[in-house]
Parts: sequence; structure tokens; C-alpha cells
Amino acid sequence: MQQSAKIERQPGFLPRSDFQKLLDGIVQSGYQLLGPVVKDGAIQLMQISDVTQLAKGLTNEQQPGHYRLQQTAGERLFDWNHGPQGLKPLCFAPHEVLWVEQKDPLSFTTRLPDVKPTAVLGVRGCDLSALAIQDRHFLHAAGADPHYRQRRERLLLIGIDCAHSAESCFCASTGDGPSVNQAVDIGLSELDDGFLVWSGSDQGEAVLQRLDLATAQTQQLEQMEGQTEQAAREQQRQLPKPEELIRLYQRLEHAHWQQVADRCLGCGNCTAVCPTCFCYDTQHEVSLDGLSAQNVRQWDSCFSASHSSMGAFKVRGNILSRYRQWLTHKLAGWQEQQGRIGCTGCGRCITWCPVGIDLTKEADAILWEGSLDE
Amino acid sequence: MSDLHLPRTAIIDERIQESPTIFTLRLRFEDATAQEVFEFSPGQFNMVTHFAAGEIPISIVNDPKDSHYFDHTIRVVGRVSEAMSKLQPGDRVGIRGPFGRGWPVVDASGRDVLLVTGGLGCAPLVSVIHYMMKRRNQFGHLHILQGVKHSNDLIWREQYDAWAREPDVNVLLAADVVTREWHGQQGMVTELIGQLNLRHGRTIAMLCGPEVMMLAAIANLRDLGIADHQIWFSMERNMQCGIGQCGHCQIGAKYVCRDGPVFCYSELADLMGAKGF
Repeated sequence: MQQSAKIERQPGFLPRSDFQKLLDGIVQSGYQLLGPVVKDGAIQLMQISDVTQLAKGLTNEQQPGHYRLQQTAGERLFDWNHGPQGLKPLCFAPHEVLWVEQKDPLSFTTRLPDVKPTAVLGVRGCDLSALAIQDRHFLHAAGADPHYRQRRERLLLIGIDCAHSAESCFCASTGDGPSVNQAVDIGLSELDDGFLVWSGSDQGEAVLQRLDLATAQTQQLEQMEGQTEQAAREQQRQLPKPEELIRLYQRLEHAHWQQVADRCLGCGNCTAVCPTCFCYDTQHEVSLDGLSAQNVRQWDSCFSASHSSMGAFKVRGNILSRYRQWLTHKLAGWQEQQGRIGCTGCGRCITWCPVGIDLTKEADAILWEGSLDE
Repeated sequence: MSDLHLPRTAIIDERIQESPTIFTLRLRFEDATAQEVFEFSPGQFNMVTHFAAGEIPISIVNDPKDSHYFDHTIRVVGRVSEAMSKLQPGDRVGIRGPFGRGWPVVDASGRDVLLVTGGLGCAPLVSVIHYMMKRRNQFGHLHILQGVKHSNDLIWREQYDAWAREPDVNVLLAADVVTREWHGQQGMVTELIGQLNLRHGRTIAMLCGPEVMMLAAIANLRDLGIADHQIWFSMERNMQCGIGQCGHCQIGAKYVCRDGPVFCYSELADLMGAKGF
């Protein structure tokens, strides 16, 4: 799906030396603030309060099976693209108790998470689109998920344009970036000497009221646009169009699936880092005294052997059928389920795949190469 | 907002042993209001929770007009159903549901209906046969075909005999392996389809059983001129949430738990039979 018309920005300018005031304004408005910091050699969202905790001067190399942060002499705080996780763990918890049961007499009680209002600094367009996809999945009218909703309603989102693309990025071809065109509470675009800042909600506006923003100059607005256009031009990968991808279902017997299966380890890294993958498994965990139990939900992966289990029988008994399930669902099935593909071009599945499988190349090969059943 | 993940407690009023491995639990919600408002259609299912053992999808087999209770017929196939087999009247289970789309009983009204079951554990189809027997004047001729692996496996034999005595009802049984007392045929249930004189344009087919059996039945039905949109079947997949959320049961873009488990062949024709899909 192509993005709808660009959301109107009316930014003000915040000098780099005043960026701490934005963080203070967020915290003083009652939010715990999560920001991008370097942890274990990667960008991760952690609780912060001070601008010095941010990933200053860092860029990232992201290629198939490769992620490295590089220190530069630059002053910019957001010159990297992203780390292994987007917003998914913040709303769809990797591991959480849904309900508890008592044995005698049998009773069931919902266990809702206790969540503080949480602001997330530096969210990219690809991850904002992914959140909208997860919202549709978990909050659709028939099956609105109270656990997801509890977390989602307490999020304040501070988006930021990408001024560069990593090698594995392809958000321009899915229409989800590199600029932030989605709904955010606060939007940012980083320039050399500071930030263009705009609000997208009453909550965001309330935070910005605490700052003394200067009027943005035409030259600054041009630089903002020029940077994201440059970031889009840097992208080397692209996905075929949605109407082409839907044809993957006609190519279930293509010889290339086996070619991917021969490389794929079935590890599930791609589904763990994918910001839209939503499969989960529930388990009963019984207390030691045997009198109570809790129903725990945790992320599952269509690459796990148990994902398709019916008793001893597995519908998808090999890696070929599991990779095929993942790719056809992500790129074709999702179109019928949600009206758009389930991929927002973040490229994480390429970066974090231990053998560097690249879904854009695999989709191309299956759609355009060879015969259907050679 | 109601939490669709949260079970409600139901009490076992009665337990019937149908065969050495198959039993029926007659249940009612502990909360009388919950029982009053509980509505379902044949082919829909509940998620049934046994304390500590876990939760499994089970078809609802009684008539939707029975407002004071609901029945689950369960075959012992794994850890959870094994634990459930030990439950007795007065014990409690957790229930979420009803979930999914049941049989097209409205579309079938006024038509001949062919009901084909392969193997045991096809409670979904038994529920719709009961439904039609109770509303006999709403449906045309009924062909009931039941296949089992071994003739000794057949349960509810008196039920089949009773159905066969009804006017305009044709019951045919088949077993791969037969004993001397067997009155049905030897062979596969799908072979019986060719023996029928189906009035196409008037006949709607409902199938339940292993996918290979249903695929063979579908091929036979199409050969006989039954249109794809008149062929319906109940699919089985790993169903955990019941609400199209956990992702396990997907076939293409369909969630078996929410969009099915009963599907029309024209909805899945392109994906049925793709191995591992």
C-alpha cells in the first residue's frame, strides 16, 4: 500500500544545545522515557533521562547477516537506522501472563499489565507503519486484546526521519519511509545544528508547549526534505509491487523454495526481529503446590516445528514449508487480511538472519525466475 | 472490554462413555446468565480448559435449541483430552466460545444434503446431522455416508440404524477392514459417492475427515457435477486462540478458527492439497 498524502508538518526549530529540554519536557509531562542507546553493540530502547545517554555520532552497517555500529566524529544523535527490535515488544509483550486459574473451586481471573505512560524517542517510519499493522491485528473489533490495548494506549511516540538508509533498508519501496509520514505524537527531523520538531496530537502539543521553539527557516525545511529524499535514493533493495506479490500463492511449487530451504536454518530470528510478526503460543504454568496455574503467552514463530502441530502430525514438517508459510503470509496473505503487505521495509530479517537470506531477492526469484516445478 | 482469552467456568452435569476412547461431557455455565445467552450453530467449537493440563478446541455437538446445556464429545488423543477423560459429574472446566463459522444450514435449507464422514472424531458433522433430523421438513433427501478404518470402530451404530429408518434418508457405511457382523461395505467411504444418484443443482455436500479423504470426495463430487460452492467441509488445524490472533491455524489468508472451521471449497480450492500448506 502506498502511503496516504503526506501529513502536514508545521515544524519549529530546536537547537541541538536545547535537545535536553525536549527530554525534560517529556519526563516532566509524566512519561517514562525510552530512548535509543548502545547496548551489547546494538541500538536498543532503554529508559533514559539525559541526552548524553543517546547514540551520538554513530552510524550503522546493516547487510545480510551483518550489523555493526560505527563511531564517527559527527554530533548527530540519530544517524543510525535501528536496532534488532522496533516497537513490538512494548505492546505485544514477548512473555506475559494472560490469566491465572485457581484449582478449587476452579476460577479464572484476567491479569492485566501494570503499565506506566511511556514515551519512545526516535521511532522510524517503518516501525510506525508496523505498529499500525499490529494495532489492526490485536485491536480489531471482534478480538480486541485488552493486554495489548493496555500498553498501546499508554505510548507517546516521538518519530524521526531517516537521513540515511542502511544497506538492508527498503522502506521506500513499501511506502513506509524513510520520512515519518505516519501519525506520531511528536515528529523530529535532525539537521546539523538541531532539530525540526512538530506535534501530531494533543499530548505531543502539550509537551512542545514547554519548549521555546524557533520558527523553522525555509532553508531548514529544504534540508529536511533533501535528507529524506537522499535516504530514499540510497536504498538498493526493493520489494515487488503488492499486486505482483499476491502471485506468490500461484507459485507454491516453485523450485526456488527448496533453494531457500537449503540455506535457511529455521532459527526464527527473522520472525523475532520482524516488527509485524504476531504469532504467539500459550502455556499453562502450574504453581509448585499444584493449586493454581497461570496462562502465559509468549512469542511463537512459524519456523518452530510445533507451530503447525496437530497432535503428532505437523502440517509444515520441513523448513521449506515453514519459509514458504512465512513469506507467502507476509507478502501475500496479509494483503487479504489487512489490505496491505505485512512488510514495512525495515530490513531487519535480512540483517539479523545468520545466513543472510534476503526476502526481497527470494521474492524476486520466486516471482520471476525459472519454471514453476522444475 | 471483554477479554476473549479468559475462560468461564462450566459444570459437568453428565458424562457418557461412547466407546473405550470417546466420551461426551454435558456442560452448563456456572453463571446462569452466561448459559442463557449462550448461542451457537452446528459446526462451531469451544476452547475447553482443564485445570493445569491446558486448553483444546472441541466441537459443540448438541442442538442449538438446547438452552440449558451444551455437549462436547471428546476422543482421547493427547495429554489434555486424556486428563479430561478423567473428569466426573460435578467437576468444572473452563470454556471460551463459541468460535468460528459453522455449517451452512441456511444455504442447505430446501436442498438434498450429502454428509460424508471419514474416520472417528467427526463430531462437527454429527452435530449437523442431528440438527437436520430434528428439522426434517426443512431439508430434502439426506445421504449419510460414514467410513471407518475398522468396522469395530464405528460408534453410535444404533443412531445410524435409526436414521436409516427415516423416510428420504439414505445411510451407507464403509470400513476398510471388516468383521463378519458388518452390514456395510468394504472399502473407502469416498467410493460410495459414485453409487449415489445425486440431483445436482439440488444437492449440497458437507464433508468431515482427514484432508486426503476430503480431497478424494471433492474430486468425486466435482466429477458428478456438484458445483464448488455447494461443497463444504470442516478443516482441522492447530487452533489455540479461537479468535484469529495467535496465527497457528492459517491457511493462506484464512484463519481456520475464525473464518472456518467450515469452509466452502471455492474459498480454499487454490490452496487445498498443496503439501505442507
